[in-house]
Parts: sequence; C-alpha cells; structure tokens
Amino acid sequence: MSAQLGAVLALAAAWLAIGVAGLAALHRLHLVARWLFPAGGAVSLLIAATALPALWGEPQAAVLPIGLPGLPFHLRLDALSAFFLVVLGGAAAGVSLFSAGYFRQSEGTAPGLLCLQYHVFLAAMALVILADDAYAFMVMWETMALASFFLVITNHRIAEIRRAGYLYLLIAHIGALAILLCFGVLQANTGDYSFASMRAQSLSPFWASVAFLLALAGFGAKAGLVPLHVWLPEAHPAAPSPVSALMSGVMLKTAVYGFLRVATDLLPAPLWWWGVLALALGLASAVLGVAFAAVQSDMKRLLAWSSIENVGLIFAGIGLALLFAAYKMPAVAALALTAALYHVASHAFFKSLLFVATGAVLHATSERSLGKLGGLLRVMPWVGWACLLGVLASAGLPPLGGFVSEWLLLQSFLFTPGLPNAFLNMLVPAVAAVIALVAALAGYVMVKFYGVVFLGQHREEKLAAARDAGSWERLGMAWLMAGCVALGLFPAQGIELLAPVTQLLVGARLPDSGGWLLVPVAADRASYGPLIFFAGVAASVALAFFLVRRLYHGRARRAAPWDCGFPWQNARMQDTAEGFGQPVRQIFEPFFRMRRTLPSAFDAKPRYAVEVGDHFWHWLYLPLARLVESTARAIGTLQRGRIALYLLYSFATVIALLIWVTR
Amino acid sequence: MSALGLASQALEIVAALALAPLFAGWVGQCRAWLQSRSAPGLLQPYRMLHKLFNKDSVLAAHASPLFRIAPYVIFGCMALACGIVPTLSTDLPLSPAADAIALVGLFALARVFAALAAMDVGTAFGSLGARREMLVGFLAEPALLMVFFTAALISDSTSLTTIVRTLSAREIGIQPSLALAAVALVMVALAENARVPVDNPATHLELTMVHEALILEYSGRHLALIEWAAALKLFAYACIGMALFAPWGVAHAQSPGALLTALPVLVAKLAAAGFALALLETLSAKMRIFRVPEFLGMAFMLAVIAMLVKILLGGGTP
Repeated sequence: MSAQLGAVLALAAAWLAIGVAGLAALHRLHLVARWLFPAGGAVSLLIAATALPALWGEPQAAVLPIGLPGLPFHLRLDALSAFFLVVLGGAAAGVSLFSAGYFRQSEGTAPGLLCLQYHVFLAAMALVILADDAYAFMVMWETMALASFFLVITNHRIAEIRRAGYLYLLIAHIGALAILLCFGVLQANTGDYSFASMRAQSLSPFWASVAFLLALAGFGAKAGLVPLHVWLPEAHPAAPSPVSALMSGVMLKTAVYGFLRVATDLLPAPLWWWGVLALALGLASAVLGVAFAAVQSDMKRLLAWSSIENVGLIFAGIGLALLFAAYKMPAVAALALTAALYHVASHAFFKSLLFVATGAVLHATSERSLGKLGGLLRVMPWVGWACLLGVLASAGLPPLGGFVSEWLLLQSFLFTPGLPNAFLNMLVPAVAAVIALVAALAGYVMVKFYGVVFLGQHREEKLAAARDAGSWERLGMAWLMAGCVALGLFPAQGIELLAPVTQLLVGARLPDSGGWLLVPVAADRASYGPLIFFAGVAASVALAFFLVRRLYHGRARRAAPWDCGFPWQNARMQDTAEGFGQPVRQIFEPFFRMRRTLPSAFDAKPRYAVEVGDHFWHWLYLPLARLVESTARAIGTLQRGRIALYLLYSFATVIALLIWVTR
Repeated sequence: MSALGLASQALEIVAALALAPLFAGWVGQCRAWLQSRSAPGLLQPYRMLHKLFNKDSVLAAHASPLFRIAPYVIFGCMALACGIVPTLSTDLPLSPAADAIALVGLFALARVFAALAAMDVGTAFGSLGARREMLVGFLAEPALLMVFFTAALISDSTSLTTIVRTLSAREIGIQPSLALAAVALVMVALAENARVPVDNPATHLELTMVHEALILEYSGRHLALIEWAAALKLFAYACIGMALFAPWGVAHAQSPGALLTALPVLVAKLAAAGFALALLETLSAKMRIFRVPEFLGMAFMLAVIAMLVKILLGGGTP
C-alpha cells in the first residue's frame, strides 16, 4: 500500500473514530459541537491535502482484508478519485466548521448520534470514491445512502420529514438496484467483480449499452436527474442545513463520480448516442430545475431545485464529452469534461455556502418560507455578505467560479460543428441556446432568493431581533467563500488540477496556459482572464469612487424612502417570492401542473391560491404507486389468515410441482 | 502588449466615457426633431450629470451598504464593457482577458447588482422594477449570446478582436446569418437599454416603468453614476452592433494614424446609429409588459435561426 492511499484510509478511519467518540458522548452537546466537529473538519482538510499530490502520481492500489471471506475490499486511488476526494475534503471542511456552531440545541436526534451519522456519511463517501471493486463500492454506497437517510430524518417527529426520508430511501434503492445490475453486466460472466477485471472485458455494443443505461439510471437517481429527481426537493430541505449542504454539495458529486467511473473508465469506448442521451437528460434536468427553482417559496427547496439544475449542467458537459470521445476528438472531449469537472468543484463550494447560509437564517429566525423573511442583510451582515458571494457564484457571474465552468461549457459547444454527423450539428444551436437560457434564468432565481431573504424590509416583526452567525459558523462560511473566489480567480491553475483527470479519462488535456489567462484551445480562439477582469472592474469602481469625491463631494442624507411620494409604504407592499415567480410561471406554463383557486366577485373573504406541482409526480409516480398498491392488494386477497387455506395453497403448490416435474 | 496598445485601450475607454452622454443627447435630439418638438441642447446630458453630481445624495433610512456600492459597480462594469468592445482598434490589451461570453457576463453582473439594489430599500416600485428588469434580462441575455455565437462560428473565435478582424476582412455583402443576427441584436438592444417598444426612457407613469422604477430611490451622485452607466450601456450596444455588422474603419495596424482616423469614423457611425434608433423609437409604440416575452422570444429564435443558417449554409470564413 502506498503512502497517500494509506494516509487517506487512515483519515477516513479517523472520521469513523470521531463518529464513535460522538456516540460515547451522546448528549454532551458542547463536547460534540466544539471538539468533534472541528476535528472532523481538520480531517477533511487533511484528506484534501493528501489526495492533492495523488492527482499527478501513478494509481495506487490496496487490498483491505475486511468483508466476506474470499471477498476482500479492493481500493485504488487514481487521478479521478483524487480529484473527487479533494472536492469532498475541501467542501466538507467548511461544512464541518460551520456545523461546530450550528448544532446548538439538539433537535430530534441526540447530538452524539448525529455526529456518528455525519462522520459515517463522510467516510462512506470517501470510500465510495476509493472503491475498486463492485462489492466494496456497493457496500459503501449503501452505507452512504443509509447514513444520509438517518441524517435527513433528524427531525423525525415531523411527519413531512419522515415522508421525505422514505421517498429518498426508496429512490436511492431503486438507483442502487440499477447500479448493482450494471456491475452484473460489466463483469461479463467472469464472476470477478473487481474493476480491473471489468476494464479488461470487451463487451459487445449491446451489453455495453445496457450497462451504460443502467449506470445512467442508477447514478442519475442519486444525482437527481429527470425523471428520478422527485426525492431531491423533498429530502434536501428536510435535512438540517449542514447536511443539506453536504448532500447537495458533495453527495450528488459521488453520483457524478460513479457515472464517470463506469462510463469513461470501465466501459469500452462510448457510442455516440450515449453522449446524446446524457446530454438530453442533463439539459432537461437543467431547464426543469431552474424553472421550478424560480417558482419556489421555500428557500431550501429553491436551492434544492437549483442543485438539480447544476447537476443537469454537469451531466450535459459529460454527455458532450462522451459524444466527442465517441467521434475520436479527444482534445474537445477534454474541454467538455473539464467544464463538467470544474462545475463539480465550484458547485460543491457555492451550494454548500448557500445551504449553510440558509441554516444560519433558519436558526436566527426559525423561518424557511420566503414570504416571512426579508431585510436580513441589515441584522445579519456576515451571513448576508457571505451569501451574496455564493449567490453571484451560483448565478454564473464573472469573476466567480460558476462563470468559469459555464464559459468552458459554452466554448465546447462552439466546437460541435466539427462533428462528422450532420444531424448532431444541427442540434448545436438548440442545445447552446438552452444552456444560455438556463444560465440567464439562474441569475433570475438567485436575485429572487437573495432579494427576498436579505434585502428590503422585514416581512415579520421578529426579524429585527435576528442575531448574526457565531464565530464557528463564520469560519466555515469564510472557508467556503475562499473556495468560490479561488475557483473564480485562478481558473488556469484550477484546470491544471483537472489535466491528469481528463488525460486519464479521454486521453487528452487542455493546453497548459501557464499564466493568468485561461486558454482552452488557442489564444486567438478564446481566452478569459478573470484576474485582469476583476482588476478592471475594481479599478473602474475605485477610480469612480475617488474621482467623485475629489471633483464633487461625498455628502449623503438619510430620509424616508421616496417610492414616488407614497408615504404609507409597508413591508407587505414589497414584491413577494410568489410575485417574483409569476413571470416564470407564465412563460414556462407547460412545465408546471398548476391549480389556481380564484375568488368570486361576491366572496366575503376573497382568497387566491396557486399550487405548483410537478408533472412527473402526477403522470409517472402516482400511477406507479397506484399500480404497486393495487397489485399488492390483489396479492393480498390470497392472504386470508386461515391456516386451512394456507395448507391448501401448499398442497396445490406441491401437486403443481409434481405434475411439472413428472411431466 | 505594446505601448500603442495601451494607448488605444486608454483612448477607447476615455472616448466611451466622453462620448456616451453625447450619444444619448444625440438620440434625444433626433427624437425631438422627428416628433416636431424643440430639442434640448446636445450637451444636455452633461449638464444633467454635472447637476446631479453636485446635489446631495438622499438615501432611504434603512438602505444597506449594498445600495451605496451598486452604482459604482454598475458604472465600473459598463466602463469595462466599453473597453472590451473593439471600437477604435483591435489591438487591445484587455481583449484576451474577456471575450464575448465574458462581456455578456459583465452585463449580467451589472444587471444583477441593479436589481438587488432596487430590492434593497423594499418599496413596491423598486421590487417591481427589479422583477421586470430580471425578466427582460433573462430573455435578452441568451439572445445576445446567440448573436455572438453566430459571429463566433463565422470567425472561429469568441474573442471580440478576432471577430472584428475576421468580419472586417470579408467583402461587403449581405450574409443571411448575419442579417438575422443583426435584427435579433437590435431587438435585444432595444430591450436591454429600456428603449421604446419595451420601455420608455421618458416615462413617468409608474406602472409602465422598468428601468425608471429600478432606480427610483437613487438621487445625487448615485443617480448620476447610474445615468452615466446607462448611457455607457447604450454606447456599448451601439458599438457591439457596429463591431459585428459594420466593422470597417477600426484600426488594425500598429499605427497611430489608423487610430486617429478611426475616431471620426466611429463618430460618423454613431451618428447614423443614433438617428436610426430615434427613427425606430418614433415609429413604434410601447408594448404592454406581457408582450415583452414574446418580443424577446422572437429575438431569441431569430438568433438561433441565424446560427442554424450559418451551420447549414456554411461559408462566411474568408
């Protein structure tokens, strides 16, 4: 076993040890919060730091003698796993630091138990990324699913949360079944479930496609791809905010990891329609996610839908990379894959930041509904400004991290006219247009989120008394902010980290631009230098600021808001979250299943209500659930609870078997 | 990066800062002539800026620092945008740092700050304006990006200087994809700059306002900066249009002479563009806000069709 893999394993074991220590201090909140969670954060940082050099190293493998007899765990650390470990460690460090201040009063689960679940969840994610055989992978995958399930139902006294947890568990297991079947196909009747053996198999195109579809379904279910996304907007908001941050920021990425592992590493060279399928599903998720995010009125649910959008963009990038790889265009495939992986990293940071910020808001105000928040920037400046950074990154605005991946993704679309397939060429404009629309709508969603929560007047009296986040929470948010800024300002260095990964997966890498400019292909083709860009904006702002003061003055007076001279202004007159969603509801009407209740002209208490639902839920899930229920009921008629009847069944079965055998 | 490059970069930004209010004044004057009103002086926008800068800023009692920062950010974004679009020369040191996509991102950044600042005070009109501005923005932004993509596919580059160099090298003639993209860009520019079919810059009827509602709470130097930034944005859009569809006259060579002749050419082109804009605004009526998505959806479709035409028919690359 080589050094880095050993160190990462030891650190994962340290996570488990911290978890077990939490179990020992079941109700001692102070110990758990102030010592164990920061220790977990330190371990996360160490994991990221240890995995970083492994990006450039040779793949390292190890066999752990645990598990069933004759079936030891195979582990392997290569560039792909190293990259995902860095993302996991980096984002989890900030979330753990935040958690140290977050879990104040125990809510539902005891703090020590929560600490165990949290750290088992982290360790399981790290081991999923390290697994090198299907057996270890599935064991860790299930551990991850179960740990996160228990974290989701932390407040298990609320029926709605139990329901969300159940839905999550159900879809996680449908996905796990698909992944299991996928590995079953990949081992090609050899009985050897190690990834090394799967790589060596040469599957026929038919079976390879079957494996690909199963992987897409299985990992898509975990990542929240349409149509298996319904659990995500339920489960992510139900969990405590740091857990939502981990689930959205990191756990979804393990699904991306698994998909990349199967589609680009274990499977033989991709077929072109695999890429098209992943691209189509990714785009569908992106559009649906952003449209639904725009009409939400619960802040965590809004962020959960926005995660579906971001995962969709990641899968669109991967799909494009597969498409290029199928047509043997490795350089462009590397560009698309870099875009997807860069988005993996930046989404991990900004979404974690936004989720923990909602956690701070939730603790300060105990409100999740956008209709009851407002004006928090004035009373919670720390959280407010941190969240502004996350919002700008999430809206894909330069010079922050979200923009870099969007830029790379759009650049790779501009290369699609080089594809040797005329039909695909014609799809390009449509697809690039959809990406552009999603990016622009993300800005709309984020303005709605930030404007309603942090700006304007307080929509409730009690908000004026909200307290800002504590120092641990600030520390965690500062770390996540630093990640967003670094990913935004130093993309050339960032893609340098991705070069070994794309080299491994598609056999090419982006050129080493070396300096401050991000140059994906050639300098006269396209380049982007966020540092110069940022310096340009900052210099103009500073110059304007000082010149105005120098040439004129800096006097300002405070007065009541103007509002066209209307003096009876109150907080209820501000635009609401529903109002902000109205144009999107109108424009994307076919996407939503809307039920409006309109008052009649003679109502004494006029009431207006609009309910926005998901078509998938109504047309796919409810019929399926009804089918399962009616089948179960039909089978249930066999069960009468009378022993004589059961004996009769046994007798009939024996007779039938005898007839069948002696035939 | 040469000294001349730096000089042309600086000249471009200074020219933009100086000419943008003049351009806005020129459009206003043409509009007045076309509507047989007596026109305000050409220098009216400068006088207005000067007046506003001299006045005290009145801030709403509970306005946050974001409200005070936003005008500077918006102004800075627009100044940089004018520095990125090649109007005088294609030898710009800033050009490698920001291509067409980054330019669209820069406009988006300014728009998001404007919308957030409008929501900050928490008045009915402010948040209404923010919502409408973002609505116009999310429909117009993809269309603008598609216009740039059409040009990028023709010149195999998203770098604005390369696009201008390629497009100005081809022979004069109408290319179907560029013609469609030009129509789309005009529609986007009208919407983004709050011009007549979408918004009325001279309106004072609250319920129809978009841009004016957005900046309702601003006064004094903050308002001056925002007005100047709005003029810069109009200027930048005019320059984008000229860079993509009439790129002749921009200096390519490393010579101060070419740079000096580029300036009068720019002024002449701006005068023509301003007159065309005034004519367009006079001939059309303002539409209801509910029709705006249709209008911008059409611009979006036109831009996508322009890209499709480019891919199907090919050609264009000299």
